[in-house]
Amino acid sequence: MGVTTTVENSPAGYGGPGFFATSLDKAVGMARKNSIWPLPFATSCCGIEFMATMASHYDLGRFGSERLSFSPRQADLLMVMGTISKKMGPILRQVYEQMAEPKWVLSMGACASSGGIFDTYSVLQGIDRIMPVDVYIPGCPPRPEQVIDGLLQIQKLVENESLRRRNSQEYKALQAKYGLE
Amino acid sequence: MHSTTMDFVPIALMFLVATGFVAGTMAVTHLLGPNRKTKIKQESFECGIEPQGDARIPFSIKYFLVAILFVLFDVEVIFMYPWAVNFRGLGILGFVEMMTFVAFFLIGFVYILKKGALKWE
Repeated sequence: MGVTTTVENSPAGYGGPGFFATSLDKAVGMARKNSIWPLPFATSCCGIEFMATMASHYDLGRFGSERLSFSPRQADLLMVMGTISKKMGPILRQVYEQMAEPKWVLSMGACASSGGIFDTYSVLQGIDRIMPVDVYIPGCPPRPEQVIDGLLQIQKLVENESLRRRNSQEYKALQAKYGLE
Repeated sequence: MHSTTMDFVPIALMFLVATGFVAGTMAVTHLLGPNRKTKIKQESFECGIEPQGDARIPFSIKYFLVAILFVLFDVEVIFMYPWAVNFRGLGILGFVEMMTFVAFFLIGFVYILKKGALKWE
């Protein structure tokens, strides 16, 4: 069951009997928003929680994200779930860099967001040290409802992103901050 | 009815438009579509780990041989399904024909066994 686009939740535009016109930005945003392909990067218990989110009870497919992409080439959203050790850092970064634009990052759980309880020499204290993160989900591990909420937050970002954002100076500055090309 | 070369011009035109449309749209999407190519992005994906060696390495032909022999005998079994469904309708003639077919395949099977195609070592 997908989200039906009715007159109420369609983007602002001009419509009449049998036709509807809106700007390209909004049409593309709506299409992207409802077909996000996530790349699950699950390294620990948050990944188990994510499995529950994908399964029949919580069914992430309702939001158009049932198609997981295990290759970064076709993924729109990188979901980092679990403790990222410093040795895993470059691998995660490589996966992120191999994703095609536009791409978004969701950091799930305390470990991915801040290192969590693992305040040690071997654990990366938050993935935002190596890549820009769009949405953080708190919890250790978060419940599936929180994951769904996180995805809906991502959907809001995707829906409202301007088609020119990835070419803007702001975005380039953000990339430069992380040393990304 | 008498036809001239001119009658085939619309067909040639259709082929021209069809190939032109495909080539045109592909060229336009490649030229207009935004892309950002970086060295890291162009690298082959090995789950984020640095790629080791080349993908083009020689590997044993036995995999291919066994696979193609499997397909052959697989098709034989597929032919048996419609035969089994119409077994009574086809009668004794159908039975004899099927047995001939299976016999031919059996000869082939004996041949590949004798050739040692299924010997893995």
